[in-house]
Amino acid sequence: MSLTKKTGRRGSTHSIRAYIRTETFPTAFCPGCGHGILMGALLRAIDELELDFEKMLFVSGIGCSGWISSPYFAADTLHTPHGRPIAYATGAKLANPSLKVVVIGGDGDLASIGGNHLIHAARRNIEMTVICANNMIYGMTGGQVTPTTPTGAFTMTTPQGNPDRPFDLCKLVAGAGATYVARYSVYHIRPLIRALKKALTHPGFAFVEVLSSCPTQYGRRNRLGGPSQMLLYWKEKCLPLEKARRMSPEELEGKILIGEFVAPD
Amino acid sequence: MPQGGWITRKSPLAPGRYFMQGDEACAEGAIAAGCNYYAGYPITPASEIMHHICKRFLELAEGRVFIQMEDEIGSIASCIGASWAGAKAMTATSGPGISLMLENIGYAIMTEVPVVVVDVQRAGPSTGQATRPAQGDVMQLHWGTHGDGEVIVLAPWSVQEMFDLTIRAFNLAEMFRVPVFLAADEAVGHMRESLEIPAEVRTYERVKPLPGERLPPFGGAEVPPMPAFGEGHRLLVTGSTHDEWGYRRTISSEAQASLVSRFKAKIFNHLDEIVRVEKRFCEGELDVLVVAYGFTARSALAAVREARNRGIKAGLLRLQTLWPFPERELAEAVKYARAVLVPEMNQGQMLREVQRIFPQAVGYNKTNGEVITPPEISGAIEQIR
Ligand code: SF4
Repeated sequence: MSLTKKTGRRGSTHSIRAYIRTETFPTAFCPGCGHGILMGALLRAIDELELDFEKMLFVSGIGCSGWISSPYFAADTLHTPHGRPIAYATGAKLANPSLKVVVIGGDGDLASIGGNHLIHAARRNIEMTVICANNMIYGMTGGQVTPTTPTGAFTMTTPQGNPDRPFDLCKLVAGAGATYVARYSVYHIRPLIRALKKALTHPGFAFVEVLSSCPTQYGRRNRLGGPSQMLLYWKEKCLPLEKARRMSPEELEGKILIGEFVAPD
Repeated sequence: MPQGGWITRKSPLAPGRYFMQGDEACAEGAIAAGCNYYAGYPITPASEIMHHICKRFLELAEGRVFIQMEDEIGSIASCIGASWAGAKAMTATSGPGISLMLENIGYAIMTEVPVVVVDVQRAGPSTGQATRPAQGDVMQLHWGTHGDGEVIVLAPWSVQEMFDLTIRAFNLAEMFRVPVFLAADEAVGHMRESLEIPAEVRTYERVKPLPGERLPPFGGAEVPPMPAFGEGHRLLVTGSTHDEWGYRRTISSEAQASLVSRFKAKIFNHLDEIVRVEKRFCEGELDVLVVAYGFTARSALAAVREARNRGIKAGLLRLQTLWPFPERELAEAVKYARAVLVPEMNQGQMLREVQRIFPQAVGYNKTNGEVITPPEISGAIEQIR
C-alpha cells in the first residue's frame, strides 16, 4: 500500500482507500454505525486538501469513536486512555509543531471523562482539530447515558428517561475560547466535509461536533429505527443556523442547530 | 543499524560550585540531561521545580517547551504525547499528583515511553501535610498503576543527587523505554546545600531507526528502537495489548504474555546498569546494618558514625535505586550482619522488601511529618545490637 499510488478523483471512495490500512478491515463498527460515515468524510476532507498524511497524527481515546482512526488510518495514530486524547495531543503538537494533529473522540471521551482537557485546550487555542463523534450514548460499554444524551432519552442507566439536560458542546467549546466551532450530522455530508476542511486548515483550536448514529445502543432503545431511519432522524431533527435565526423559540423546541458557530471572518 | 546511545553534552549552566535548593537542582539536572518538554501542575513541595524550569527554559530559548497543564493527568499525558513526538519529557509533582498520574503511567509502561516523573513526597494519605516530608509513596510508585508492569525508581539523598539522579533518570528512561521516577521527599527537595555542576554530562540518547529503516517499534529486541511521530513510520500506538508493529491483539494469550514478560526482562536482565547502592562502613562483621534511602539515609549515616565512635560495629547500606529492588546487593551486605535496621518515614514499606532477604530485619518508622533524626536511629541501633 502506498500513498503515492493514488487513483480516482480527489475525495472519491477510490481515492481515499490509499489512506487506510486495508488489512485491518472490516471495521469493528456495527452495520449502520455513523462512525464509518464520519471516517469517510474525514478522509475525503484530507484528500481534497491534499494534506501530507505522513505528517498527520491522529489521537483518539476509548470507545467506539477511538476506532475511527486507530488502527484504520495509515498515518501516525495514538490510541490513548479514556478521556485523555486532547492532553496527549497537546504534548505531541507542542513538541513537534510541524505535525498536523487531529483528535477524534466520542461524547463520553471528550465531554465526560475528558471534559477538563477539552475546555482547557479550547481556552489555549492550541492548533489542533478536535472532532467529537457525538452519538449521545456510551456504545462500546453497552449503552449508558452520557453528558449529551437528550433529556428523556432511554439508556441502560436511565431506564425511566434521562432526567438531566445535555451539554451543548458547541456552546461549551465556543465559550471556552475555541476559534472554529461547527456542528453537522452524518446525514449532512457535504457541509460536514466543508467544515472538516476548514477545521483542518484552521490556525487554532478547531472543534467539529458530528452527530453520529448508534443504531445498536441508542437507536434501538429509543425506537428510532434502523440505520437509514436514524439518518432521516438527523435530517428532521437538525436545523441550519441561518434558518433558525428567523424562527420563534416555540418553533425551535426540540431542534438541534447545525452550522458554523464560530468561524474566522 | 539504529542510531542513538551515549553522548557527551556541555552543561548549560557554567561549571562550578553552587548553593542551591534540591528542587532547583532537579530542574538543572533535567536541563543538563536535555529535557526539552516539561508539563506540570502546581503542588507543594514540588512547585519550585516547575518555577525553575519555566524560568530557565525561557533563558535558554532553544526549542524547549514549558506548559502548565490543567491538572496532573494532563501533565503526564502531554509528556507521553511529547515523548512520542521525540522530546525528552518530564513532570514533577507530589503524592496527590502521582495518584492522578498513575493511569497514564500504565500507558507509558505499555507503550514503552521514556518519561521522567519526580515525586517530592509529602505526608499523606490524601492532602495530608503539604509542607512535611514523608516516604509513603515508595510502594505506590512501583505498584500504583493497575496491571503488571515494571518501572525504575531512584531515591536522591542530597541536593547533588537531585541533580545527578535526574540526569540518570533520563538516561535510564531512554535506555529502557520506561517511565523513571525520582522518589525525592520534601526535606531533600527544599533543602539548600552546595552542589558541583560539571562541565560536561554523559547522556543516553534515544535509539531510533535510521531514516527509511523499518523496524518493529514494539518487539524484535529487548528494547526496540523508538521512532517519533512525523518521521514516516505510520506508528500504531495503543495501550491495548499489541504485537510488535502495534496492531491490537486483545484476545491473543501469546501477545499478552510476551509483552508483560519482555517489560520485566528488559529491566531485570540489566540490573547491573540500573541498580546502585552505596555502602558505608560495611567491611567485615557488623553488629547492625542500617538500610536506608532518601533523606533518612543522612540521619542514618550520622547515627552509624556515632555508633562506631561508641565501639558498635555499624554500617550503612544506602539504596539509591529503590525499584528494581537491590536484592543482590542487600543479600551480599547482610551476610556478615547480626541485625538489620530499616528506618523509614512510613509505616515500614521497604522493610518488607528487606525482610524477604533478612527476615529478622526491624524497622524504625516515623509518620508524624517530621524527619527521622540521628539520635532516634542511634537509639534504635542501641536497642537491636
Ligand atoms: S455500538 Fe453504536 S457507536 Fe458503537 S459501533 Fe455499534 S453502532 Fe457504532
